[in-house]
Amino acid sequence: MNRRSAEESIFKGLMGLSFLAILAALATIVGTVVWKGLPAMNWDMLTKTPSGGFYLGGSGGVLNAIVGSLYLAGGATVASSCLALPIVLGLNVYARRASRLVTFTRFSMDVLAGVPSIVFGAVGYVLMVALGLKASLLAGIIAVALLILPIMIKAMDEVVRLVPQEMAEASAALGATRLETAFLVVARQALPGLATAVLIAFGRGVGDAASVLFTAGFTDNIPDSLMSPAATLPLAVFFQLGSNLPEVQERAYAAALILMAMILIVSLVTRELSRRLSRHNVR
Amino acid sequence: MEDNSARLFNDRLIRRLILALIVVVNVLIVGIVLALCVRSWPILDGTPLGRLLFSTEWHPSTGKFGLLTFIVGTFAVTAGAMLLAVPPCLLSAIYLSEYAPRWIRTLSAPLIDLLAGIPSVIYGLWGVLVIVPLVQDRIAPLFGVKSTGYSVLAAAVVLAVMIVPVLVHISVEVMKAVPRELREASLSLGATRWETVKHVVLRKSRSGLFAAGVLATSRALGETMAVLMVAGNYVFALPRTPFDQAYPLPALIANNYGEMLSMPHYEAALMAAALVLLLIVLIFNVTSQAILLRFARA
Repeated sequence: MNRRSAEESIFKGLMGLSFLAILAALATIVGTVVWKGLPAMNWDMLTKTPSGGFYLGGSGGVLNAIVGSLYLAGGATVASSCLALPIVLGLNVYARRASRLVTFTRFSMDVLAGVPSIVFGAVGYVLMVALGLKASLLAGIIAVALLILPIMIKAMDEVVRLVPQEMAEASAALGATRLETAFLVVARQALPGLATAVLIAFGRGVGDAASVLFTAGFTDNIPDSLMSPAATLPLAVFFQLGSNLPEVQERAYAAALILMAMILIVSLVTRELSRRLSRHNVR
Repeated sequence: MEDNSARLFNDRLIRRLILALIVVVNVLIVGIVLALCVRSWPILDGTPLGRLLFSTEWHPSTGKFGLLTFIVGTFAVTAGAMLLAVPPCLLSAIYLSEYAPRWIRTLSAPLIDLLAGIPSVIYGLWGVLVIVPLVQDRIAPLFGVKSTGYSVLAAAVVLAVMIVPVLVHISVEVMKAVPRELREASLSLGATRWETVKHVVLRKSRSGLFAAGVLATSRALGETMAVLMVAGNYVFALPRTPFDQAYPLPALIANNYGEMLSMPHYEAALMAAALVLLLIVLIFNVTSQAILLRFARA
């Protein structure tokens, strides 16, 4: 009897330790970024683009990368929402429940979501060359949109699936077409979840570097059209960290702090938005 | 009521459009594979597959493109990450699903989501600032080796933390799916909680847990920026110990995009590298999804 309870307590101890180790890893990551980033942070980082000699320690900031990342992730999110929403509503309203097509699509989205972002970068590059584009905001948006499409479809599907079948039936009984049911009833009921899905995808778009490495280019200017190259925050971190000059490395830490803050803000807004929008839902 | 025939027409039109979209999104993965095949054809056509996959000679200037160094590097850092991540993640998942009080469960969910949302570059920065010096100054001397810190081990540690959310999240889901009655039956037979976990919960969920591991492996195989920043990226030798540098496939692709237009076949070779990476990842990914799908049905 004693041996059995001893085994139980040993494993309980190990479980507690493992869980704490994971939390500790999270804490050191956030801690490192804040601790290194805060001293290097200043107002110029947020409000100025790089001026001459920036990468040799000159003055300026990473506004180009902040705006570039927002444009890129924003454009990609809009583009993939336009595809994801009809697809998800189609799967849940138009197609028969649990039909082969639906099951297969869910499976293939799971698979597509597992494709590494560097592969999307390479495919984006192939597409870019095929379309005769140069490294530009547009090419970057295409690569990132491909990357976040399966993520968005999966997240939207999870919430649209939960909309009660009876609601769609009630809508049909009132004489609505499936199109009207899909966009006016089902999508409205799932709106908080849909908004969350869009923001999750946006967050992924902001943070990803490997997919834009080939496609978006990098520039010190704020992009003024879809055809001009765009800087991104993750790449600003990456490139400046590779410098030999401590002043420039400091900037990488500050840029990382900005990136981290953006991700945190997006995830907090996601939570708040989903809470607010769900007030008027039928439960 | 407005014009009904217009409403019905719209409904049918949109139905077609949506169906077409669903078909397109399903063949997207085929399109990706084909696009990479076409662009890497100059290499696939001229080089025997064995030489491409199992040669360590990588000399772009003389047209020698052997991917073995990079394939080995990819598997080395991934295997290291799995070894480091699986035991603590499994134990944590058991804790969260079987032991933890409700407030810890509700508190840990957003924290683990946060870990999943942190961009790869930030993990890389953490690796460079914390893990690399740790390996160089503390861990390598402990084993009596000299290391720059940029190593298989450093990459494995960073990757291990990155796959925690996938492992924990799916494992908890899988264990929660085990029916309550089975636990109660075991407990009523006099088994302790741990014995119930060991003999009932883990046994019942092992295929799902295996799938979680395979899925995490596929994520680790394709991770780029963080690994690129800490693995060292040494081309000329295979890693022999965890303290050696490695050069995984994603790092190879990311590192050389700038130069690929300068040499003949270089671009094709990098696209072939992307294709090989994609196929490796797909094998792991499809396996795990298929197991999870069967698990969900059962």
